[in-house]
Amino acid sequence: MIIQICIGSSCHLKGSYELVEKFKNAIEAHDLEAEVTLAGSFCTGKCNREGVTVQIDDEIYTGITPEDFKDFFKEKVLAKI
Amino acid sequence: MRKFDTKVQHLKYQVLREVAKEAWDDTLLENFLDIPKIIVPGDEPTMRCCVNKERAILSERVKMAMGGTRENPNNIEVLPMACDKCPASGYEVVADSCRNCLAHSCEDSCKFGAVYFDHDHRAHIDKDKCKNCGQCAQNCSFSAIVKRERPCMKACKVKAISAEGGKSASIDNSKCIQCGACVYKCPFGAITDKSYILNVIDMLKKSNDGKSRVYAVVAPAIYSQFKHAKLGQVVSGLKALGFHTVVEAALGGDMVALKESRELAEKGFLTTSCCPAFVAYIKSQVPDMLPYVSHNFSPMVEMAKFIKETDKDARVVFIGPCTAKKGEAKLEKSKPHIDEVLTFEELQALFDSREIELEKLDEDCLDNASYYGRIFARSGGVSEAAAQALKEQGIDFEAKPLVCNGIEECMKALLVASKKLKAGQMPEYNFIEGMACLGGCINGAGCLTHSEVKNKMEVDKYGKEAMEKSIKDAVNAVMV
Repeated sequence: MIIQICIGSSCHLKGSYELVEKFKNAIEAHDLEAEVTLAGSFCTGKCNREGVTVQIDDEIYTGITPEDFKDFFKEKVLAKI
Repeated sequence: MRKFDTKVQHLKYQVLREVAKEAWDDTLLENFLDIPKIIVPGDEPTMRCCVNKERAILSERVKMAMGGTRENPNNIEVLPMACDKCPASGYEVVADSCRNCLAHSCEDSCKFGAVYFDHDHRAHIDKDKCKNCGQCAQNCSFSAIVKRERPCMKACKVKAISAEGGKSASIDNSKCIQCGACVYKCPFGAITDKSYILNVIDMLKKSNDGKSRVYAVVAPAIYSQFKHAKLGQVVSGLKALGFHTVVEAALGGDMVALKESRELAEKGFLTTSCCPAFVAYIKSQVPDMLPYVSHNFSPMVEMAKFIKETDKDARVVFIGPCTAKKGEAKLEKSKPHIDEVLTFEELQALFDSREIELEKLDEDCLDNASYYGRIFARSGGVSEAAAQALKEQGIDFEAKPLVCNGIEECMKALLVASKKLKAGQMPEYNFIEGMACLGGCINGAGCLTHSEVKNKMEVDKYGKEAMEKSIKDAVNAVMV
């Protein structure tokens, strides 16, 4: 599974740095280093008013915030592995 | 609001805009011969002796807008027809102004016996004896002695331009550092930089199929430019042109600051490598200093490389104030990373070729870098960033920078450093910051407007607006 987090200006200003840290920690905590590749990307062209854009394989999710990270990770990452 | 400093820039812009318009419409090959007539439509000359000459020179400008002479590797080229062959005879007495006075302070101040008088007691200068020291001109009470020199030659501190026998200017490619000082200073627009605007339009068009994405990497000097609009509107404009997204070259600056400061601490003596004109000067004139030039990429290439690591289908266009970057992009080590270079002048032409009115667009955002990455754009910035990077990385090494503002200061510093290092002595500084343009990139030849002081203030202000306060934070934010 490849998780790409947008690190472009718009997402950066909305906290992509914090979200990257949360992903890194969660992947480590669940021992998923072998299954999941975390990567950055400059803009997926889906800038949103709120939150960060995250692409998991071919699926693009917008508006992810540090607050809803836990649910997002459970639903879109853990459930699919 | 006025977009350019000079009418020469405006003329160049008009040509670029028309060429770009035709290129977008795929009609350039049919219509490029008509462009001079579009710019000078009437029968009355507006700039030169006759419309025919104006149009003939405009054809040459069209050629430059389409990439110039392919056989010539230099990105700076003379348009001989446009050159006015200005006088370059050195110090001369202006006949009407010389009052035939008694004091003859011109004669007394000349150490070389070059001043003589005719039967009317009017002063003359013997060219064979004159050493161009200027003492006579300084001492004449009537300011009757002037220095006749060509503005291009005066601007070219590396002495790459010659005008032998009163001919059109010619550039010695082995000495030219492509800084563009002559391009900006020639009042006839007879020296100009080749444009690769067509390659950029082609890249943008091709990216429409979604198989590639064109990234704009913008130099931090942009903050002092396009002042008729807000920076966020410039970002929107770039996206309206078809760029996938816009990234700050200043983030590459942050990355370089971390690496370069470590290199400085390891080697003990270093010069910067971000200004391509400074590096070109070392290569051609002070090659024994080459081992001391930082091996790091410039922020432009560092950023482009990083983008291509995150997106294998990326094409990267650098947009900045610099003509020398056009040369740097063509070096073997930069080629795989950077696809094309545009100046701010060329970007303005691109916007207008698509009738994009920046001031009417919504504001997008641009925030990738720290204050330190952003101030690379002005003299003294790289030194400040290097010192900060040493501190942030906890490296116990004191950077003692020598900030060289403009190529003349660089030339002097390199000469002294080279002598000392050869003799096994350490200069009193250990870090030479070299910037070919006075004030730094903010005063580059490809700027829309030039102002050392105002542009510095603008860039410093922009630096302080950065979300990330430290270099490490800015870099870590993208290191996923």
